[in-house]
Amino acid sequence: MEPNLLKTKAMPRFDIIFTCSVAFLVALWAVFATSHAEDLGMAFHGWIFLGAAIAATLGLVFTAHGTALQNDQSTYSDGVIRFGVIASTFWGIVGMLVGVVIASQLAFPELLYFKDFGFLNFGRLRPLHTSAVIFAFGGNVLLATSFYVVQRTCRARLFGGMLPWFVFWGYQLFIVLAATGYLLGVSSGQEYAEPTWHVDLWLTVVWVAYLLVFLGTLWKRKEPHIYVANWFYLAFIVTIAMLHVVNNLAVPTSAFATSSYPLFGGVQNALTQWWYGHNAVGFFLTAGFLAIMYYFIPKQVNRPVYSYQLSIVHFWALIFIYIWAGPHHLHYTALPQWAQTLGMTFSIILWMPSWGGMINGLMTLSGAWDKLRTDPVLRMFVASLAFYGMSTFEGPVMSVRAVNSLSHYTDWTIGHVHSGALGWVGMVSFGALYALTPWLWKRERLYSLKLVEMHFWLSTIGILFYISSMWVSGIQQGLMWRSYNEFGFLSYSFVETVKAMHLPYIVRAIGGLLYLIGTCIMAYNLWRTVDGAVAKKEPLTLSNPNLVPAE
Amino acid sequence: MLFKNHGIIERNSMILLIGILLVVSIGGIVQIAPLFRIEQTIEKVEGVRPYTPLELAGRGVYIREGCYTCHSQMIRPLRDEIERYGHYSLAAESMYDHPFQWGSKRTGPDLARVGAKYSDAWHVQHLINPRSVVPESIMPPYAFLEGREIGIKDVVDKHIVAQTRVGVPYTQADIDNAKTDLMAQADPNADSEGLQARYGGKVTVRDFDGDPSKVTEMDALVAYLQVLGTMVDFKTYEPKKAENLR
Repeated sequence: MEPNLLKTKAMPRFDIIFTCSVAFLVALWAVFATSHAEDLGMAFHGWIFLGAAIAATLGLVFTAHGTALQNDQSTYSDGVIRFGVIASTFWGIVGMLVGVVIASQLAFPELLYFKDFGFLNFGRLRPLHTSAVIFAFGGNVLLATSFYVVQRTCRARLFGGMLPWFVFWGYQLFIVLAATGYLLGVSSGQEYAEPTWHVDLWLTVVWVAYLLVFLGTLWKRKEPHIYVANWFYLAFIVTIAMLHVVNNLAVPTSAFATSSYPLFGGVQNALTQWWYGHNAVGFFLTAGFLAIMYYFIPKQVNRPVYSYQLSIVHFWALIFIYIWAGPHHLHYTALPQWAQTLGMTFSIILWMPSWGGMINGLMTLSGAWDKLRTDPVLRMFVASLAFYGMSTFEGPVMSVRAVNSLSHYTDWTIGHVHSGALGWVGMVSFGALYALTPWLWKRERLYSLKLVEMHFWLSTIGILFYISSMWVSGIQQGLMWRSYNEFGFLSYSFVETVKAMHLPYIVRAIGGLLYLIGTCIMAYNLWRTVDGAVAKKEPLTLSNPNLVPAE
Repeated sequence: MLFKNHGIIERNSMILLIGILLVVSIGGIVQIAPLFRIEQTIEKVEGVRPYTPLELAGRGVYIREGCYTCHSQMIRPLRDEIERYGHYSLAAESMYDHPFQWGSKRTGPDLARVGAKYSDAWHVQHLINPRSVVPESIMPPYAFLEGREIGIKDVVDKHIVAQTRVGVPYTQADIDNAKTDLMAQADPNADSEGLQARYGGKVTVRDFDGDPSKVTEMDALVAYLQVLGTMVDFKTYEPKKAENLR
């Protein structure tokens, strides 16, 4: 894959003009926001916006003389991807750490709770955890890998000069705004869409720039065909834009207040929210990461994707069906029953394209299964697909109305989400980061494969602790809620069912902690790799080289 | 055939883009659009009204603190839930909820009908230190709400205006009197005639937090909790009436 050798014509640098104008407009608004803010959150965010605009301007000024702003079409722009790898690792640790904290708070309810302020209370930390792992960790992995994959599969440098940098730093600004907002109690009150209107607007600007960078790179491609991974990335970017805009339509109480009221209320709000919520899973956490699967697994095993035709069916079926599945979050609620039934039906159908994708990924190992013994990074990818298969089977089961009557409102849902999030999203991301780091920093290999091996087992065991304890607590609590004694009265008061959760909650926190330790080991391993170190006395592969691969 | 022609899509990024947009739009349109035919989605139920300014401020605290991450407000029509929490939730009961707070997890109990179940003093004590009244509780303490003035008390009229913009039927009088209504509801000695004329005689006017010196976030949150699920009178509600069988 040769980078193209065309030279840029002398064109006005729209990317620099765009970035400067955005920085100027943001600074202008921020000055007013700091002075006219109606609440603490807005004043704080005004200062953050102002700081970011100044930092962006200074960054531009100081790089203007160097080579950083040159848009050399004969090379790939990998600098922004290196930052993406670092940001992914950083936010991954932050998000998982907050997860361990709130898991421990549920087990030991005096932990980090204070009489005089609420910013470490569960209700504020929980959105911080979900946003940090989904949008900060997952989002940065998607940014970094999509920028890498689209350049390699199109044989073209990223479109837009410094626009990819704008997307990267703009996205980090979004994360900081959202995270500080949650701690200050700035929340829109819609799950997984908690950032308030001004943060949503900022993300929209960044996201449009992201779409432009991605599409522009496709337009510049030297390959006649668009590779399958890019279909998934494109579907992820476009659909998330649609979901984000529609679900966050809101009327602010003032231009300088964080508070706003969503356009839709009650039932309509509920369905729109879960149309968004379930497809944040479907397009952010699934389609985007399937793109990773379609590029990194073939690369890692050095084999083509198992089936081209299955890729086509997989892609269109998955994106068509996922969108319908949202109402299964609203079984037995005041949502009209026909909508619930539609949601359930499509959720069950969704099992098929999900497994189709899993099979396409797993069967790519055909003829290379022996590599599983020697390559712990590949093992990470394969385990992620196994967890993907498990949770995409569990999901349809839980979407059946009768099952849902038991599982809904319980920890079973939490366990299900984490088998997907820790097992699938987490492990496929770890695999991608392990693969990307030596490529991006031009290192021959990772610092230590033994540490990868250790990470693999820590995270796998952590996940098993997590999901088994949540099955126990979820199903147990669901059964306790509906249990009757011989006189026909409810057997348990609510708080008795809370008490019964204590032990599973401790086990869950331990599982999360193991997973977090694994991620820290990865961070160390990646850092040493970037540093150029190689663990002493460690062979290039983990196997005994004298062994003959299995036939 | 299908696979042969797929090459066209793979070679044209804009066809791929438009194809994706079409395919991902269908499900949402089919499911969500019909819900905006309101008479099919939400039955008419007597008693449901917009929140008073104090309740709205309390709802703001509820959202700010992320109460919805552990408490649902949606009772399903299942035998044990009806016996534990009361009548199943009606669509109309959350029709003025922007955003809805049905929730998805019950780490704590459902709150859709918590109103009038416990005394104000119980709520205040429970919020200050949950484990002092429910020893097994794992809820965080909210003692800091006590004595803290309501952040939006000077701009609550702007909040009501924003509510009208998203379709909640507040009147001009509701907007004009929002600030006085907010203060009046937490002060039994204030003139609350106007408040009750605007929001109905069932509106509770009490010093919710037991601190008469000021109107606090504790007042607001307790006022909100105490109205939850109490608007509809289920003694007169007939679930089998034709308009309720949709």
